[in-house]
Amino acid sequence: MISVENLQKRYGSFTAVSDVSFHVDEGEIFGILGPNGAGKTTTVESLQGLRSIEGGRVSVLGFDPRSQAAEIRRRIGSQLQESALPDRMKVWEALDLFGSLRTGGRDWQDLLADWGLAQKRDAKFGSLSGGQQQRLFVALALANDPQLVFLDEMTTGLDPSSRRVAWELIRRIREQGTTVVLVTHFMDEAESLCDRLVVIDTGTVVAGGSPQGLIERYGGGVRVRFSHADGDLSWLLEVPHVSDVNRDRDRYEVRGDGPVLAYVASALVARGIAPVDLRQERATLEDVFLSLTEEGST
Amino acid sequence: MRLLGKMSWLEMKLFVREPLTVLFALVLPLLVLFVMGGVFGNEADADFYRGIGAMDYYVPAYVALVTASVGLISLPVHIAGNRELGVLKRYHASSMPAWVVVGASVVTTFVVSLVSGAILVIVAMLTHDVGAPTSWPLVLAAFGAAALLFAAIGVLLGAVLPNARAAQALGVLLWFVLLMLGGAGPPPEVLSGAMDTVGQITPLRHAVRAMQDGWLGLDAGLSWGITGLIFAGATAASLRFFRWE
Repeated sequence: MISVENLQKRYGSFTAVSDVSFHVDEGEIFGILGPNGAGKTTTVESLQGLRSIEGGRVSVLGFDPRSQAAEIRRRIGSQLQESALPDRMKVWEALDLFGSLRTGGRDWQDLLADWGLAQKRDAKFGSLSGGQQQRLFVALALANDPQLVFLDEMTTGLDPSSRRVAWELIRRIREQGTTVVLVTHFMDEAESLCDRLVVIDTGTVVAGGSPQGLIERYGGGVRVRFSHADGDLSWLLEVPHVSDVNRDRDRYEVRGDGPVLAYVASALVARGIAPVDLRQERATLEDVFLSLTEEGST
Repeated sequence: MRLLGKMSWLEMKLFVREPLTVLFALVLPLLVLFVMGGVFGNEADADFYRGIGAMDYYVPAYVALVTASVGLISLPVHIAGNRELGVLKRYHASSMPAWVVVGASVVTTFVVSLVSGAILVIVAMLTHDVGAPTSWPLVLAAFGAAALLFAAIGVLLGAVLPNARAAQALGVLLWFVLLMLGGAGPPPEVLSGAMDTVGQITPLRHAVRAMQDGWLGLDAGLSWGITGLIFAGATAASLRFFRWE
């Protein structure tokens, strides 16, 4: 669906994207992650032909954004990060307008119902809440029945429950056969939704793969935590598979690789210590992200 | 064309939902009419106003002025504001053609000017004894030329100005200069030589002349050509400089 090789984009002397490569397969939810200013939005806007491209080879649905942007835009849906509608435009008017951009597009009445906007049919854009505006933008992005949609920071500014609702909606887009490119800086979002993703920092791809694959590769091993009030437990360093023991008052964090939990548990019990809160913590994509982007900035 | 129709209708609905803009476009010209009519009356004076009554002079001029105010102020503020908010970017990403976006704004400007001008003329005829045009076709042609002329300048301003505030400031400034020198404020007879020369090169002077001459059954001659030239220049420049974001 999309293939990007060595994409480059400068604004004057500032290099926003210096080397970005990835490919997106049909039917997947593909994530583009990175801190603010990493070049995520520049990347996806370049793919849509909204920005000029200085270098690299890019193909979207078999078209080149440099010369065939109109062909691409006709076939994709786009929820842009910084865009708006006139405050006084009504929800149905927007859907009707964007739906008429392509003959044979989806009936906007269906989109209204699908995206929970039926109650807001006659509401003006300016009177909608942030979540409702985002839902409307996604509905508009789907109005031309696209093969591919770009969702750029669509859950930024939403409260936690609205975000969960938005996630369900994104899964539904994919179930209906549309490929999704999701730009986000929320790790939980990427971990929950994306089949594959790339992490971009300062205009370069620093890692790519499935969320689970990235966690295994960059998650920093296994962490076991528990509480214990008295005594010095530095002997835990001698336990097999343990590489590090940290203590903060009565809270311990033991790091290592492999079956750390089993060895630590048996060693503790052998010494008569049985903490009720002994647990292994799973590294999250957030840990991966922090370790990758910190490395990039130091 | 279907898309242009839909977009134009939507733009007109959006315009009507903005009470202050409606007030500005429809009520302000009437206010000016009553104040100036109260001050100058409509007695013919050989020294001023081309030898005709002040209101016979001003009403066609005000119709031209209405097209200037809608074209120079409302239109650029609308376009630049939509760019500033990201509305144009939204349209662009959805493959909305530029000519539909700009065309709908121009259609709206045209209709608003037409409604405002018609109200002004009807009220002036009823209350100030202003005579009917000698040639309706010429007056309508002059109106169309004036509306298109200022719409083209307005699109150009909207294309090059960064945001709604800048468009508002420059639009009002230009409009005021045109009002003073273009023949819709002080009659050209009272302007000093230099001011009159500057006035000669303002688009409003020629729009006013074309409108008045249609009203009086005279041939505006050169003014038609100059109006056409400025229109063509502004249109070409806005095609060159139009930006989505």
